[in-house]
Amino acid sequence: MRAEEISAWVKDAQEACASAKDLNSLKLVRTAHAGDKSPVALASRALGSMSAEDKVVFGKLIGEAKASISEFISVATKSLEAQRDQKILLEEVVDITLPVNRGHRGGLHPITIIKNEVSDFFIEQGFSVEEGPELESGWLNFDSLNIPADHPARTMQDTFFIEPVESGMVLRTHTSPVQVRTMLTQEPPIYIVCPGRTFRADELDSTHSPVFHQVEGLVIDKGITMAHLKGTLDNFARHMFGPDVTTRLRPSFFPFTEPSAEVDVFFNNRWIEWGGCGMVNPKVLATCGIDSEIYSGFAFGMGLERTLMVRHGITDMHDIVEGDIRFTRQFGVGL
Amino acid sequence: MRAPLSWIKEFVEIPKQVTPEQIAEALIRVGFEVEEIIKQGSDLTGPLKFAKVLSIEELTEHKKPIRYVGLDCGDGSERFVICGATNFAVGDVVVAALPGAVLPGGFAISARETYGKTSNGMICSGRELGLNDDHAGILVFDQSQAPVGVDAIEALQINDVVFDIAVNPDRGYALSMRGIAREVGGSLGLAFKDPVDGLRELTFPETGKGVKAKIDDKSTASVFYLRTLSNFDPSAQTPLWMRRRIEKAGMRSISLVVDITNYVMLELGQPLHAFDKSKIKGGLTIKRASKTSKFVTLDGQERTLDPDDLMVCDDEQPLSIAGTMGGQYSEICESTTEIALEAAVFDQVCIAKNSRRHKLSSEASRRLERGVDPYLPQYASARFVQLLTENSSAVHVATVIDGKPTLPNKITMDPEYVSKVLGFAVSAKDVAQHLRTVGCEVDEKSFSVQPPSWRLDLHTPADLTEEVARMIGYDKIPSVLPPRPLHATLTPSQKRRRSISLYLANQGFAEVQTFPFTNQATIDSMGFVGERAATYKLANPMSDELPLMRVHLVPGLIEVASRNISRGAKDFAIFEMGSIFRGSQVLKPTISPQLGKRPSPKDIEAIFASIPTQGFHVAGLLVGKIENEDWQGKARSFGWQDAISYVEEILDLCNLQWSVARSDFAPWHPGRCAEILVDGKAVAHAGELHPRIIAAYGLPERSAAFAVALNALPPSQLVRPNTVGTMPAALQDVALIVDEGVNAKDVEEALRKGAGPLLESITLFDRYDKIGGGKISLAFTLVFRDPTRTLTGEEISAMRESATLMASKACGAILRTA
Repeated sequence: MRAEEISAWVKDAQEACASAKDLNSLKLVRTAHAGDKSPVALASRALGSMSAEDKVVFGKLIGEAKASISEFISVATKSLEAQRDQKILLEEVVDITLPVNRGHRGGLHPITIIKNEVSDFFIEQGFSVEEGPELESGWLNFDSLNIPADHPARTMQDTFFIEPVESGMVLRTHTSPVQVRTMLTQEPPIYIVCPGRTFRADELDSTHSPVFHQVEGLVIDKGITMAHLKGTLDNFARHMFGPDVTTRLRPSFFPFTEPSAEVDVFFNNRWIEWGGCGMVNPKVLATCGIDSEIYSGFAFGMGLERTLMVRHGITDMHDIVEGDIRFTRQFGVGL
Repeated sequence: MRAPLSWIKEFVEIPKQVTPEQIAEALIRVGFEVEEIIKQGSDLTGPLKFAKVLSIEELTEHKKPIRYVGLDCGDGSERFVICGATNFAVGDVVVAALPGAVLPGGFAISARETYGKTSNGMICSGRELGLNDDHAGILVFDQSQAPVGVDAIEALQINDVVFDIAVNPDRGYALSMRGIAREVGGSLGLAFKDPVDGLRELTFPETGKGVKAKIDDKSTASVFYLRTLSNFDPSAQTPLWMRRRIEKAGMRSISLVVDITNYVMLELGQPLHAFDKSKIKGGLTIKRASKTSKFVTLDGQERTLDPDDLMVCDDEQPLSIAGTMGGQYSEICESTTEIALEAAVFDQVCIAKNSRRHKLSSEASRRLERGVDPYLPQYASARFVQLLTENSSAVHVATVIDGKPTLPNKITMDPEYVSKVLGFAVSAKDVAQHLRTVGCEVDEKSFSVQPPSWRLDLHTPADLTEEVARMIGYDKIPSVLPPRPLHATLTPSQKRRRSISLYLANQGFAEVQTFPFTNQATIDSMGFVGERAATYKLANPMSDELPLMRVHLVPGLIEVASRNISRGAKDFAIFEMGSIFRGSQVLKPTISPQLGKRPSPKDIEAIFASIPTQGFHVAGLLVGKIENEDWQGKARSFGWQDAISYVEEILDLCNLQWSVARSDFAPWHPGRCAEILVDGKAVAHAGELHPRIIAAYGLPERSAAFAVALNALPPSQLVRPNTVGTMPAALQDVALIVDEGVNAKDVEEALRKGAGPLLESITLFDRYDKIGGGKISLAFTLVFRDPTRTLTGEEISAMRESATLMASKACGAILRTA
């Protein structure tokens, strides 16, 4: 055994590592140059039969050679692995712009969205959300609200009557019976909104529907004035239409409020009729057993379809009532 | 109500610089919506002349009648024009637009060649001048009314502004120039000159015996003035100014007598009706028809009178439907020389009913059902006599009166109340001042307020407060937030509905809202029977096709699905949340407690109880594929299991314990329908739709649906969670062979029971039905965990064996060995 031989083995191993093209050929290189039958392994085994002096000299040389060869293989492995990884990752490139979502797109009906929005706004203002039945007694829908049987006001709203007509049952024409129900069952102070479905025998056209939604508000407390009504409506309008809108009250007529007003919103550079409102008529308070010497209140009501149409620029009511999924899907869940 | 500015100005002096827009604003401010400002004649320039027809040459060689007309336009020469109308004769006066004139719509007139002649101008119709919609013929006048050569723009008062005003139903008085002018004056702070002032003392000499007038029942009419006139020459013409005002107000000129009744109604607000006196047998009485009979109104329609109709009758028969429409028999005609003029204030409700029963909303009924000043019959009938005698040979014979007007009740108020309601200070002096503006008399010491006779809507301090607020202007009301409760929240059921609809939307459902109307055929086609098919019927449905209230949400979803499919959608899920109206109880007349005081607790309860319970459901419909098929490959179809799974998820969201049982329930497939129970009560159904329904409505095969009765769900309990165990879990698989009729749920339940309290979860991971012999294999993974220590192999085996033992006892399960 000569020192030159050992350094030749190292050199051979170095060259073999350098010429290995891939990890498989490197594996052969490892077997040939670092395996059990490699020259260094054989030489290492041969140390046993050497003299003590030679053992020291060649043992050191062989140990150094093993370390070098191992290092060459390790470096080559890392380099070849990196090469392999790079190649595979390149091969595995995908088009991440492919349409990947197979799920059906869902969405809430815009009326639900706007109803939630209104409810949330008033909840934050300390109002509760009250509801009531759609098939309602005529007494709660009309009489208790100061709309007697033959008052022209009853012809203002074409009512759906339930058979037998003598039962007095109707599909509620507004959500106001919910206000009466609340006043009959709760003590003031009352701060409520009642969103809900309402019915009037209008033909379905681009701006009317026989089935539609309203939200009404009612406040009964000590010292409530029309200024509070105006303040509440201003706040509500800003919430629904944006911080810059202004409102206007105009005298009007509703049997259940006195004084009564229409509320207009100045939106997109024009006045939009938004809803009706007023101070709760003391006659209505009396029927509900609320002492108008102590308490006063205001009420207001708007159409949700109208609010939606104005705000979103929807021009055809059919889109809202027909249930075409393409319409609903555009709204998502209103976030 | 159409109000010409020129007419309003007769009663309020409006300074020239006030624009029509400012007047409209003023009306809006006091509660009168101005729907349109019509500027008549603003796009019309002359020369426009009254011209006399000198000659007519009929040009017969054309398809339609064409006339070559010679006109005298007052300039000393004969001018020839072509005209397509034929409603005039030589000697008539017409309106000629001469070359240089521009008619509405930018239509410039010039001399031109047409029909082989030179037409040197144009003869105009009402529509061509923008006066009315009449295009049947040209405007024709009598020489006495329209002097030849005079400027017709001026004479016809074409240049005017007409306000189209919406009047609220409590303000009947404003359906008149008198009312509108008063409001304009009040709003602009200008003096108002009441046209009634000149009529209060007006009397006429009696020259004979008048027709008798009687009100049979004073609750049906309060005041009845009947003025008899004779010696009327029926050829008398309506003066041009009157005709023009009637036209501007949106009515048509008919004959002098009828025109004056309409003119006075428009001016003062009192409907008048003129009878041909020669047709009246005896006197006139206001009374009910009292029996059913045929009656022809002056529009030529035969109507069937209701015994309750309020009529004006002579001694033999009804002559007029009171306050609504006169009868043809006694109407003014071309031979009428004697006139009986009725001016009455009828009961508002009677007129409303007359009008509704006969579907007749006339100018008269609209005013009378809103309420007419009871002092007006006297003044308005006097105004009629004044105008008729001034414009014809008619003479007053006699006036007969029944009934007496009364003033509305006085209202005593605390002027402070106004400030309390409006939210800003208004002095007592100002309150009184504003009330006087609208016509009230105010005693400022006692603050006793006498509303004027025409204000039938003022009864309470609240009513007076609105008047004060109107006159001050609603824009003066400050904007202040009310004191309000610090806290409010949605109710648990409101929160629950929110969560469910958001969950479904996030799962790919599109929410829809359908009309809650249906019909018997739909109910039957779904297979609903008994209580589930019973519902309420509308007395006046939108269409006879949909007379019933819905009993279920799924039929509406099916209809919407069909619509979407017809518009090209294939794979989708939709849901609806809403009321249903099942019920077989016969609705009884509800009690109507007295108004003005709180009903007794018993009455309140009775009213609430009289209203049928209305269920509140959520339902979903699953159509086509569960996902959209795309480059990633095929997708499976929605199936019964998806419908059930959505229900389970909904109940899980509500944190409710549920169980599933087989069911056979419409409208589902009898073998593929589950009922989902909470507290032992079925609260939902889900599965594949019945194949017959799928076929009938053209839905894709295997479409599935679910419905959950949200109103039947119990409230969620506060969650008291178990501690989460961190000790290792032990997984055990068992495969069991059971008869194919055994429900997986039952096997699972048995395993669960047998496994004991350390069982954490159980999952059916395989179901194999190819064993044969009527057997199937069900394979479960059982997960055991002790919260405090690691389980030993022996313990785990023991629990596993105990579980399989229970399954074999309960379901006859045999452990499957490999």
